[in-house]
Amino acid sequence: MKLTKLLTTAAVALGLATTAMASEKTKVGFVYVGPVGDGGWTYEHDQGRKAVVAEFGDEVETTYVESVPEGADAERVITQMALQGADLIFTTSFGYMDPTINVAKKFPDVKFEHATGYKTADNVSVYSARFYEGRAVQGHIAGRMTKSNVIGYIASFPIPEVIRGINSAYIHAKKVNPDIQFKIIWAYTWFDPAKEADAAKALIEQGADVILQHTDSTAPQAAAQAAGNVITFGQASDMSEYAPLPRVSSIIDNWAPYYIARTKAVMDGTWESTSTWDGIGAGMVGIGEISDAVPADVKAEALALKDSLASGEYHAFTGPLNKQDGSPWLAEGETADDGTLAGMNFYVEGIEAEIPN
Amino acid sequence: MISLEKRPMPSRTLSMATPIIAVIITMIAGGLLFVVLGKNPFEAIRTIFWDPLLGEYAFYYRPQLLVKAAPLVLIAIGLSLGFKAGIWNIGAEGQYIIGALCGAGVGLAFYPTESILIFPAMILAGALGGWAWAMIPALLKVKFGTNEILVSLMLVYVAEQLLASMSLGLLKNPEGMGFPGSRNLNDYPSANSWINEAAGLHWGMAFAFIAVIFAYVLLNRHILGFNIRLTGEAPRAARFSGVNPTRLILFCLGTSGALAGLAGLFEVSGPSGQVSIDFNIGYGFTAIIVAFLGRLHPVGILLAGLLMALTYIGGEIAQGNLGLPSAAIQVFQGMLLFFLLALDLLTNFRIRFAARGTA
Amino acid sequence: MDLSAINPVLLVASLMVAATPLLLAAVGELVVEKAGVLNLGVEGMMIVGAISGFAISVETGSPLVGLVAAMIGGAVLSLLFAFLTQVALANQVASGLALTLFGLGLSALMGQSYVGIKPPAMARLDIPVLSDLPVIGPILFSHDPVLYIGIALTAGVWALLKYSRAGLILRAVGESHDAAHALGYNVIRVRVLAIMFGGACAGLGGAYISLIRVPQWTEGMTAGIGWIALALVVFASWKPWRVLLGAYLFGGINVLQLNLQAAGIAIPVEYLAMSPYLITILVLVIMSADKSRAPASLGRTFHASQ
Repeated sequence: MKLTKLLTTAAVALGLATTAMASEKTKVGFVYVGPVGDGGWTYEHDQGRKAVVAEFGDEVETTYVESVPEGADAERVITQMALQGADLIFTTSFGYMDPTINVAKKFPDVKFEHATGYKTADNVSVYSARFYEGRAVQGHIAGRMTKSNVIGYIASFPIPEVIRGINSAYIHAKKVNPDIQFKIIWAYTWFDPAKEADAAKALIEQGADVILQHTDSTAPQAAAQAAGNVITFGQASDMSEYAPLPRVSSIIDNWAPYYIARTKAVMDGTWESTSTWDGIGAGMVGIGEISDAVPADVKAEALALKDSLASGEYHAFTGPLNKQDGSPWLAEGETADDGTLAGMNFYVEGIEAEIPN
Repeated sequence: MISLEKRPMPSRTLSMATPIIAVIITMIAGGLLFVVLGKNPFEAIRTIFWDPLLGEYAFYYRPQLLVKAAPLVLIAIGLSLGFKAGIWNIGAEGQYIIGALCGAGVGLAFYPTESILIFPAMILAGALGGWAWAMIPALLKVKFGTNEILVSLMLVYVAEQLLASMSLGLLKNPEGMGFPGSRNLNDYPSANSWINEAAGLHWGMAFAFIAVIFAYVLLNRHILGFNIRLTGEAPRAARFSGVNPTRLILFCLGTSGALAGLAGLFEVSGPSGQVSIDFNIGYGFTAIIVAFLGRLHPVGILLAGLLMALTYIGGEIAQGNLGLPSAAIQVFQGMLLFFLLALDLLTNFRIRFAARGTA
Repeated sequence: MDLSAINPVLLVASLMVAATPLLLAAVGELVVEKAGVLNLGVEGMMIVGAISGFAISVETGSPLVGLVAAMIGGAVLSLLFAFLTQVALANQVASGLALTLFGLGLSALMGQSYVGIKPPAMARLDIPVLSDLPVIGPILFSHDPVLYIGIALTAGVWALLKYSRAGLILRAVGESHDAAHALGYNVIRVRVLAIMFGGACAGLGGAYISLIRVPQWTEGMTAGIGWIALALVVFASWKPWRVLLGAYLFGGINVLQLNLQAAGIAIPVEYLAMSPYLITILVLVIMSADKSRAPASLGRTFHASQ
């Protein structure tokens, strides 16, 4: 207990010290789960950090620690940042949820932002992106462009985020092409280039001519290129080195606007604990340029879909929709609520596969 | 011509001096690396070695050193017994995982009942789990003469798959919104290993210290310890003097497995808090290095564990404060290990500079 | 659920590709272990090979030069291990683990400016006429050159160990370094050369991933293949052709499970992923009755005055 006091005192003292210094610089810390050179998830968060630096210049000082294992190490790194006087700390992996909450209790004056989690506190916000909106656009293009009517999907782990993506892509592919079939491979990894390459090849060999991926490496792109006549979509980053074919478009994690806004809020003293779940409209989910390999009419439809998602006039999960077992989920015109989406653990009707476990 | 001459007895002075020399050489070589990366080498070295111990926030980092060192020391002590006897358990990572799974499994099975009996039961389950996992290579070695290095290594991969399966299935938190990973044992008072969470003290540290003392007494005061050393140094003499190799194999592998299992249990029920797919972060392998850095001596292992912990924590501070990439820290740690291992030569051998022919 | 969707010919062809980095690294490690040295640093040497090959082929524009650079990179890193274990007489297990740690860090530093770049492509060796043959065409005659190098290397190592004097010396050193020393062979030199060969093979295996199979550079991209290569050598009971077989089996299980999933068959992925290791343990047990054991001096330190 003594140490808690000590820590709190230190935090308060630091809080005072940093507010005194705050007139000069706002310190922002980032905790990354992978290396900044992973070219995917962590890379994009670091791009967001760089955007903060570019936006505010000398007014901010950013620090980051990469490849931090989830658990005890994460808690220490977050504490370390808070101790060193960070005003705002972004923890960018789901597994940092409990450590973030724990540290936040000890440093009430420091603001915390946890990505993809669901636990908040007075000084802890959560934020995540509605990637499923991007999946809807991909599904539309995929359904229109497939000739074999087989769409391959490389999934990572059976968690709501991934299942949501599969459902969204399927719904919108099915809408434009009732004959399509989804083949889904669970790679049980977020990042293993060799395995992703093998998964893409397996899907292509079984007739898929569109590959969607929810893993972060460009390996599936290369496999598609080698096979020819297969289209893919960039994931996490634009992967434009594979455009115009096989990569015809992409979902880009764009954290920059959010990071800039939240840093600004801390600077202005207007920061409040929030739960943010932004999509295309707020710019958190970017749709990479649709390449010329996509016919002009399909491209126009995709862009129209993107705009209607962005403006909010259309929701990617709009009824009538049934669950996989045929039980009704959403009635005509009804849209899914965020609670169901956040914990989504079922496929929609039509997908011929089982969620593992 | 340079030649090596084996010392009749390892040099005590040098066995104490070489680690210090190695650290100094690493600082120089690492400093050069940091210069190449465009950082101030003095600041970097100070951040890694000084700040966690005596810097401004050392009050926080000092207990964290123990948090990081406890599993390393606990596992390395167990491994060192076997290593001394020439029994090579390199699968401690697997035993660590199984210990954590068994221990956490017992704890979660009782959720949300509160009882002071739950944590002791978890400790028992953790130790038994690690022990049982280590018994596989032990029994196979005893029965069939299979190589324990390889079997124990294979079982690490099996354990990792089991861990993934448990995190996504049986032990998944039913209130976790579908995400992989178990309930957080830190939110379950009867089932966590903290003695004083705020001070960063947990039972794993207590057990690590007990293990150090236990190993020290065993090796220096007990006939079993004598047999272990004898088997390692002169296997044939050991057999003549009536040492039962089967019992020794079962004891050494079993003990190291149980200690690794305990380390896993204390980690999962304290600092880590939950079973998750990425729960294991290589303590079982790092502990092998710690065992050798500590020259297989209990006190040496304690110091080596703390030194490794220091480079981890100092490395993180250097990343945060100086913007050093984590890869540079890994290279730095690698250098430290290389120099420590290479300089060990001086402990056991004398270097002679003699004219050709006179040797 | 549609098993007919799996094309066995393509399955075999792609498992050969999946197995190649494993095969290369494992054949190299086999030679090292035959010489009585256990180098657990395969993963580290592979990833250094992966970035060396990638960087050089991007800079020179030639994948072939890159592959050579990868072999040199792996061999140079393995020299560190050779120095520690053969000259400084350090413990092999600890040195190998340290080598992996060092290699992972070093490769990440080397590769900082190579993330997100596409390397020059390696041409496939489409042998005219032959590659158009049904069934055996895709399986045997339309791969990249390195895949054939892997198979040739296996054959070469097999012949070397079985028929050549050099192979005899290598085995003698691995079985009993004291006896080999007494016979006048330079144990240290043989072992250093074997270690460098292992490093070169691991480096080539790593570059196969970064230049051909994936192809891209990202930190930690070998993702544990070096460790599987270690298992494979044991699985193969130190016999080159069994390494080839084992590599196809290990690679095959992975490719097959992906194919089964794609065909809509629900399989417990984790349990299938365990199976190669369990099979390896089983093989070890069976082998112990077979008397074809590990090299007798495996992992033991040699010093001439002992």
